Amino acid sequence: MNSLTEALSGDVIICCGSGGVGKTTVAAVIGLELARRGQRVVVVTIDPAKRLADALGVTAAPGTKGGLGNEPTRLVLPGTPTTGELWAAMLDPAATFDGLVRQTAPSPERAERILANPFYRNIAGALSGTQEYMAAERLYALHSDPRFDVVVVDTPPSRHALDFLEAPSTLARFLDHPVFKLLMVPARRGLSVLNVAAQPVLRSIGKVVGGAVLADAIAFFQAFDGMEAGFRDRAGAVMALLRSETSRYVLVASPQSDTVDEARFFADRLHQASLRVSALIVNRSTPTFPKPAVPRRKADAALWANLDELESMATAEHEHLAALAGQVDDAPVAWVPLLSDDVHDLDGLELVRALLFGSGVAG
Amino acid sequence: MPPKRLDPREFFSTTRLVIVAGKGGVGKTTVTAVLARAAADCGLRVLVVDLDGKPTLAELTPGLTHLSLTAPSALAEYLETHGLRRIAKRLASSGVIDVVSTAAPGIDDIVVLGKLKQLERAGEYDLIVVDGPAAGHAITFLMAARALLDTVRGGPVHTQAADVLELLVDPARCQVVLVTVPETTPVNELVDTAYALEERVGIQLGPIVVNGVDEGDTLELDGETDAVLADAARFRNGRRATHRRELARLDEVLALEQMRLPLLPRTGLTSADIDTLAQAIA
Repeated sequence: MNSLTEALSGDVIICCGSGGVGKTTVAAVIGLELARRGQRVVVVTIDPAKRLADALGVTAAPGTKGGLGNEPTRLVLPGTPTTGELWAAMLDPAATFDGLVRQTAPSPERAERILANPFYRNIAGALSGTQEYMAAERLYALHSDPRFDVVVVDTPPSRHALDFLEAPSTLARFLDHPVFKLLMVPARRGLSVLNVAAQPVLRSIGKVVGGAVLADAIAFFQAFDGMEAGFRDRAGAVMALLRSETSRYVLVASPQSDTVDEARFFADRLHQASLRVSALIVNRSTPTFPKPAVPRRKADAALWANLDELESMATAEHEHLAALAGQVDDAPVAWVPLLSDDVHDLDGLELVRALLFGSGVAG
Repeated sequence: MPPKRLDPREFFSTTRLVIVAGKGGVGKTTVTAVLARAAADCGLRVLVVDLDGKPTLAELTPGLTHLSLTAPSALAEYLETHGLRRIAKRLASSGVIDVVSTAAPGIDDIVVLGKLKQLERAGEYDLIVVDGPAAGHAITFLMAARALLDTVRGGPVHTQAADVLELLVDPARCQVVLVTVPETTPVNELVDTAYALEERVGIQLGPIVVNGVDEGDTLELDGETDAVLADAARFRNGRRATHRRELARLDEVLALEQMRLPLLPRTGLTSADIDTLAQAIA
């Protein structure tokens, strides 16, 4: 085992970093490696784009986003047969939220009343933080699923990924918001929607968004009344998993200065949350070359100019990365060089896997 | 090749508001800065707008007029200027913006777009260039108007949504510039976004900007080339071949004009690099 392999020996692996650094690729590559070592792995992407499906070479099935959905799909592994399994899923926040409501509601009728409410549909589809909260929820559910040994998650871009850490408490905070408290009151006091809507703050909101929207909101909270405790408990369990000893955080960065800044910001936040970075993966770095054995010749000027340019890029990248590397304590730092062609299929992933982990089990 | 390459001067004179959109990591902010600089170099009065409150864009475009526009400030201003000052105060003090935008998603987007519409209408600037929202949010951001027209039946938000939609579908007033890099996945995503915006919002797409194009020629090798020099050259040739392939594919699948920004060998761009790129497209 190399130090990276050792650093990744957990049962939950969370890949974070800003947009465009190749988080999804890294998550898929880690999944591929662990599966080849005999583990049953599920890789979940939160990115609404089709990247994971593209990268894994999954073909689109009707009604799914690029062939992947909330339910894990088993993939055929390239190379030597192994006892390991690789599964992939694409988070569907709304479907996950619906599942949570069904599970927490005291009766199926109550669940349906909530699911049909337009205000609920808005929360499930658009409330900022919902996506991150549902990702954490899905992570928890898959972690408890006996089919899988390891869950690898690809988080949304950096600043949102911070929400991912806090997401389970977001809903609790939401429920604690004074306005929502106000909206919850009527159910307890037996007040009607009209009475509630007459409250000054709500009347103000109603003037802006319209009365129908407000009535939906109130109806939602009336239906939701009594379910907060179940939601809070679940959020607590999810939080505990995110902070567990066996959860690993992999920071993914590319050597561009802006994404390095984002990664440093993220490393900082993990540190503040008393979580440590298990590994730093620097993706898409300019490859380095040894010194040529021949003297410079005018005839080769263009070739030397190319080498010089690549070398100065690589040097600048290492300088940029030094500060970040110093911020992740003793976590291993792995560099994945930019490849001639971009990674967009299973063969590409296999190439990156070999670069990161060595040619490994399958040779 | 080269096909449908765009004259930026011509583009700048066809519209008044340009919203730059694209996935994370493709260089959206760079492109916003370059377009703004190039337009200013043409002698236009330019306003540069960011929606994230970060200083990067202003740092890349020193000397240009800059505005940082965020949803809470836009909502407060909107309510105040529509005779809802007391409500504005109450909403602001209780942090109700979250609640309002949950009840009617898109309302935060519509007030931002509404402010842009107001700036466009005022005519103080010849061109307003906006560093648009990142990633998948671009579609929901631009769809907010249509969605709100249906969900909010009356009142100030409805009027605002109608005005914004009128702006978005009029190419003489507003165009969206999509940014990508010449690689497989970003090109695929750009194509998806382009179709979604045209079909679902009915918005006019301006030129595609392809950022970070490694434009050099293929490096020639012969049997006697040193092994290290040859490896480095093959790597570079491979990158350039990938870029050419993806540019060709983009041409084939999207009948939109293109602007191409050359790859600069830097780990981070400065305002001087932005000037260089602005001259490169002029």
